[in-house]
Amino acid sequence: MSNHKKLEDFRQDIDKCVKCGACQAQCAVYKTIKRESTVARGKVAIAEALLDKDLPLNDRFVLDMSQCLLCGSCYDKCPNLVPTDQIVMAARREISERKGLTTFGKALTAVIKRPKLMDTLVKSSSKFGGLLFKKIPDRSGLRLRFPVPYIAQERSLPEFTATPFRERYPDPIAGDSDKPLISFFTGCMINFTYPEVGEALIKVLRFMGYPIVVPQSQGCCGLPALAAGDGATVDQLADANVVAFANVPEVIMTTCASCFAGVGKHYRQMGGDYEQMGDKVVDALKYLVDNGLLEKLAQLPASDIKKRVTYHDPCHLRTQGITAEPRAILKALPNVEFVEMEGADKCCGLGGTFSVYHYDTSRKIGSRKADGIEASHAEIVASACPGCMMQLQDSINHANLPQQVTHVLQLVVDCLPE
Amino acid sequence: MLAPRVILLLEDIVGSENVTSESTDMLCYSYDATQQTFLPDAVIFPENAQQVGLVMKMANVENIPVFPRGAGSGFSGGSLPTKGGIVLVTSRMDRIIEIDEDNLVATVEPGVVTEQFQQAVEKVGLFYPPDPASLKFSTLGGNAAECAGGPRCVKYGVTKDYILGLEVVTPQGDVIRTGGATMKGVVGYDLTKLMVGCEGTLGIITQLIIKLLPLPEAKKTMLIMFDSIDGAAQAVSAIIRGKIIPTTLEFMDAATLDCLRQSTDLDLPVEAQAVLIVEVDGDKDMIEKQATRILEIVQPLGVVNTRIATSAAESEEIWKVRRSVSASLRNVNPDKFNEDICVPRSRVPEMIRKVNAIAEKYEIPIVNFGHAGDGNIHVNIMIDSKVAGQSEKAERAIEEVFAGALELGGTMSGEHGVGNTKAPYIPMELDPAAVAYMKTIKQALDPKNVLNPGKILLEEMPIVAAQVG
Repeated sequence: MSNHKKLEDFRQDIDKCVKCGACQAQCAVYKTIKRESTVARGKVAIAEALLDKDLPLNDRFVLDMSQCLLCGSCYDKCPNLVPTDQIVMAARREISERKGLTTFGKALTAVIKRPKLMDTLVKSSSKFGGLLFKKIPDRSGLRLRFPVPYIAQERSLPEFTATPFRERYPDPIAGDSDKPLISFFTGCMINFTYPEVGEALIKVLRFMGYPIVVPQSQGCCGLPALAAGDGATVDQLADANVVAFANVPEVIMTTCASCFAGVGKHYRQMGGDYEQMGDKVVDALKYLVDNGLLEKLAQLPASDIKKRVTYHDPCHLRTQGITAEPRAILKALPNVEFVEMEGADKCCGLGGTFSVYHYDTSRKIGSRKADGIEASHAEIVASACPGCMMQLQDSINHANLPQQVTHVLQLVVDCLPE
Repeated sequence: MLAPRVILLLEDIVGSENVTSESTDMLCYSYDATQQTFLPDAVIFPENAQQVGLVMKMANVENIPVFPRGAGSGFSGGSLPTKGGIVLVTSRMDRIIEIDEDNLVATVEPGVVTEQFQQAVEKVGLFYPPDPASLKFSTLGGNAAECAGGPRCVKYGVTKDYILGLEVVTPQGDVIRTGGATMKGVVGYDLTKLMVGCEGTLGIITQLIIKLLPLPEAKKTMLIMFDSIDGAAQAVSAIIRGKIIPTTLEFMDAATLDCLRQSTDLDLPVEAQAVLIVEVDGDKDMIEKQATRILEIVQPLGVVNTRIATSAAESEEIWKVRRSVSASLRNVNPDKFNEDICVPRSRVPEMIRKVNAIAEKYEIPIVNFGHAGDGNIHVNIMIDSKVAGQSEKAERAIEEVFAGALELGGTMSGEHGVGNTKAPYIPMELDPAAVAYMKTIKQALDPKNVLNPGKILLEEMPIVAAQVG
């Protein structure tokens, strides 16, 4: 029994699309490629044609369904709320099922073969061939995000940590008795490549007096597998996480926007125990603002030296309505001068595996972000998603700009008393 | 199906990567916002006038229809390949060539998205007013071809009022220039005005010279609720009679407000039977005076509630009411026929009464909202096409709505155009000699009828004038 809807189950949603074209204004991929098959109404038409057997499930269909960042922006602004991101994910599951492959990525690999934009990495010299990468579990989303050897050589990548984040916190951390226990869902990128973001969250939570636990048997949220059309793996990962967080009283906190969508929004859609877990999931920045962080920051001593900081909205926070809280935190930091950048709400272009298979399109989308960053004259770009952080740094580096990308929480930690 | 030879010719002209005849692409360029579908045989993406000219020359030799398309967001079928053939997409011609701050004009290619252009000129303190609801995704070329309108047209006029000159590829493939970058110009026929609104039947726009205004300093938005549609309609006339032309004067009728109450949590008290959204713009002092004056004028006309935005965020809250309408309509019925009749402003209440009577007669919900300030009413006939008989009822209702608008001295389309959807109704509005005049122009310029055939004028419409004398 699969917990995931079939493409056929989206018939009613597909019927709701009136082809008004409003999605053209939202889709970063469409704006780059400018072909109707890349925009939501085109994808919806293609999916419908597959269901009606007007189009075959051929290489072209695989390619069309790969041209999506799953950012959800089209759904967010669709007058009729057609969930194209979910339709695309269902189409990807349909592809892997019908082709008898474990992932949509494998189907896509067969279509794309070895395009010139993806250079083979020499295993022995790469971050991915080394011992550290071998420590990453087979089912981690990172393996889907970085399928060796389909990583473009010129991409800037974060280092893999020698000591994964979760291993650093095997035991619960005590806090004030009147504060609820925070269970930290780390996600793969914080565990393996951005442990400093996890460290920052621990420091901020301790500053606020929260008791913390980092459940040790947790794994990948399943979002990369979901994007890869691999329903079975999503189920297995979700089962493991439900067990890992079974005894959690109330708050499961993420500080990766993608994980927030993965264990939050998507688990809620899966029903049953998954839904119960999803209901407990909160985003760190929103939760902290709702629970007095701004007031605490207001008490910090003033600072003469200010860093100019701008903020990038991760799609997985923005489409769930979290846009004001990260900005409110940045504005409350005594050593930060917050500036808005043009196109802050536009997707960075990573889209999980999208950037692996369509790196040149991804880079073009990213270069538009770099334009906005440059015009803002910010020294630091803050965000709230390790995936966005990686892509933004890559875009900044390609544009030969000086900015560093960081997580909002890391900037908070910079202001806290030792 | 096009002959392989034709595909090769197209590839020679625009490059093989800019020609497709794959079935997926044919599907993706078969529709527009009317939800009709017509499959083309090929889709091409040219990048300049010379390429477009060669395509038209070939189309004449080979007798293949060509259908120009911008963003495919039209409401009357203007870009649909109703006879198969070639869809010519302007998406690669998307450069803003120049914004001339000395002369307040800009030169652009047709594929530029309207909002992007507006943002670009606003950065240097200039202003391009036409604001069709689709401005975030529709293109300037499409806007010009359809002569798009929008809420701000009450004060600022429609697209044709801002197009000074064009580069156009004629149906037979010549590249011509019309008008120019000057504010005045009377040499020869005004082909610019002929091309704007011709729905791509007389030429394909490949460049536009656009007039710009200085960007107004400030604006002020008000939401005024009335206890009756008559009160709201009288308010519109009273404001205009009071010698004030607001930037926008949008109205929503009782049926629209019901939809909003059902599907949103917007604060709309039940006493409100009609709503006007009034916006004024200009110098800061001036707009304060205008706003005060407007509120004085409308006060005796059954105002039950007023909201005045004091910040950009509050203004946004008011516009959210208007923008939520479209999605909320789905709660009434899944399918909508969106007509955009226009009547003299003072006749708006009569028109609403006529529409309500038609809704009652056919027992189908009709929701009205739109640009009261210029008499342009969006009449939304809501049906469920899966229910037997409803589509036929809707068709009869549409015809009566058109007839009603014409009786009041109005027109069947204020801004959406004719396309293929309203073409059959053309004889209701235009007398035979006028239709013949238009057909004569079309036939002279496009004797083989290869450029956007079947739009505005139907083939079976006779050229009466040619037989006279």
